[in-house]
Amino acid sequence: MSTEGVDKGRRRFLTAATSVVGGVGTVYVLTPFVLSMEPSARAQAAGAPVEADVSKLEPGQMMTVAWRGKPVWLVRRTKKNLADLPSNDHLLVDPKSTVPQQPPYCKNEYRSRKPEYLVLVGICTHLGCVPGYRPDVAPADIGAYWKGGFLCPCHGSRFDLAGRVFQGSPAPINLEVPPYKYLSDTRITIGDDKGAA
Amino acid sequence: MSTNNKFMAWIDERFPATKTWEEHLAKYYAPKNFNFWYFFGSLAMLVLVNQILTGIWLAMNYKPDATLAFASVQYIMRDVQWGWLIRYMHSVGASAFFIVVYLHMFRGLMYGSYRKPRELLWIIGVIIYLAMMATAFFGYLLPWGQMSYWGAQVIVNLFSAVPFVGEHLSVWVRGDYVISDVTLNRFFAFHFALPFILAALVFVHIVALHKVGSNNPDGIEIKKNKDANGIPLDGIPFHPYYTVKDIVGVVGFLIIFAAVIFFAPGMGGFFLEHPNFDPANPLKTPPHIAPVWYFTPFYAILRAIPPMFTSKFPGVLVMFGSIAMFFILPWLDRSPVKSIRYKGPLFKIAIAIFTISFIILGYLGTQEPSVGRTWLARILTILYYAFFLLMPWYSKIDKTKPVPERVTE
Repeated sequence: MSTEGVDKGRRRFLTAATSVVGGVGTVYVLTPFVLSMEPSARAQAAGAPVEADVSKLEPGQMMTVAWRGKPVWLVRRTKKNLADLPSNDHLLVDPKSTVPQQPPYCKNEYRSRKPEYLVLVGICTHLGCVPGYRPDVAPADIGAYWKGGFLCPCHGSRFDLAGRVFQGSPAPINLEVPPYKYLSDTRITIGDDKGAA
Repeated sequence: MSTNNKFMAWIDERFPATKTWEEHLAKYYAPKNFNFWYFFGSLAMLVLVNQILTGIWLAMNYKPDATLAFASVQYIMRDVQWGWLIRYMHSVGASAFFIVVYLHMFRGLMYGSYRKPRELLWIIGVIIYLAMMATAFFGYLLPWGQMSYWGAQVIVNLFSAVPFVGEHLSVWVRGDYVISDVTLNRFFAFHFALPFILAALVFVHIVALHKVGSNNPDGIEIKKNKDANGIPLDGIPFHPYYTVKDIVGVVGFLIIFAAVIFFAPGMGGFFLEHPNFDPANPLKTPPHIAPVWYFTPFYAILRAIPPMFTSKFPGVLVMFGSIAMFFILPWLDRSPVKSIRYKGPLFKIAIAIFTISFIILGYLGTQEPSVGRTWLARILTILYYAFFLLMPWYSKIDKTKPVPERVTE
């Protein structure tokens, strides 16, 4: 092929311009592939609020409901549990709940709307396992300081009965409190807090 | 010309069949001093073929649906003709693949196969290793047992540790807020597709190998000593010499492989973990979860790093970093010699400590965490990194032996 009389600068410019436009087009074509991996409309709809009735819970008992496919715990704490909470403060990573792992109305010493009932997403903030409920006091496998809480089986993260993480756990932050509201004294909606007092 | 020759000539005018055969087999000269460590490359290819074949046959009966997956695996095990054998060939094959590849990598470490001019060959190998890990991870969710589910939950949540975008990234990978039917379905698609990419990478690996030529236990470049015809004096044609030798390796491997398949397919919970005989339950984590053995060294490293600045990202970074070390290895080794045979005591001590650390980390990854074990894992993590990061120093001052001109017997 003869290259005589070819304007090389012009050719280079046209080649580069075509490549850039083609590249932009290719990136646009990626859009459906990337976005189709996002949660589908059905998966999003499954995130609808759920209702739970805590009237049958005895003090110290826990129940689990599924919200967005995640376990949500409802724990009825005893008077002693509530009185014990401040004594953990010096062992905790974030005793005052400064990391926004709870709605503003739960940023208090009990991390709940009503002190008695604790509502938590039962997913460890480390790598997503479901911690076990350990209401027993000072068990041999945890330690004498234990006044009840949650122990993650995967990597040994420890949380107190307000879902606050103990120092030395692999989990960096407290367990999440979902948005919720009381419909009556014992009926709770999880996943929706609009219009609540 | 005989009919046969005429036929080949007709083909060769249209496709370089004879040329390819000669370049890569009949006239590919490999060093004559290969020992048994050189079996594992060809064995890895054999296991890859086994995985692809048995995988396709499993896919004929498997259902990638959260409500059907667990039962369809039981169906394969009990009702499909010979399904139990095909499934055990696949599940044992996964572990065999990692055993063979770990030995293949160890061979490279010992004989300096990552050194110039084989840096890129080594890096392509590390990419193959990463692709293998991704494939194994996607595949492990498919039986939809408790360990499948919670193992995937933990690993996908590693992405959520990435600052700022992490939470969304993990939702994007799962396609849902938790591991669900959506996740299972897409993991099946990835698990099916990746082995073909793996096969393509193996092809690239071999093209790179045949460009630079094979290393050998002496770490000598055989291309330096050639005869009048340009053939390396210490080289022998790959075919028939090494094809036949590799068949001996294949026979030995198949004896062990078959013994495991028939007598210990679960390998006491190491190849098939016990909690995986329970269907996945998103609301309940089994009391103790651990990945399959080939991931446990990295899992132990992950667990060893405490959270910093209310973030678990450091642990994730250190874990991925431990694999990233392999990428920079070719530039860390400053020794004047390649092979362990001529390296000094410092390298021998270093590689021994590294190997022992890797094995003990692997053991710790299968165990429940405790304070003592976590500290041990931290020390071993440091030793693991020290092997790489101190290498520029100890490989330089190490007392090496003189390397012979020609390969030894």
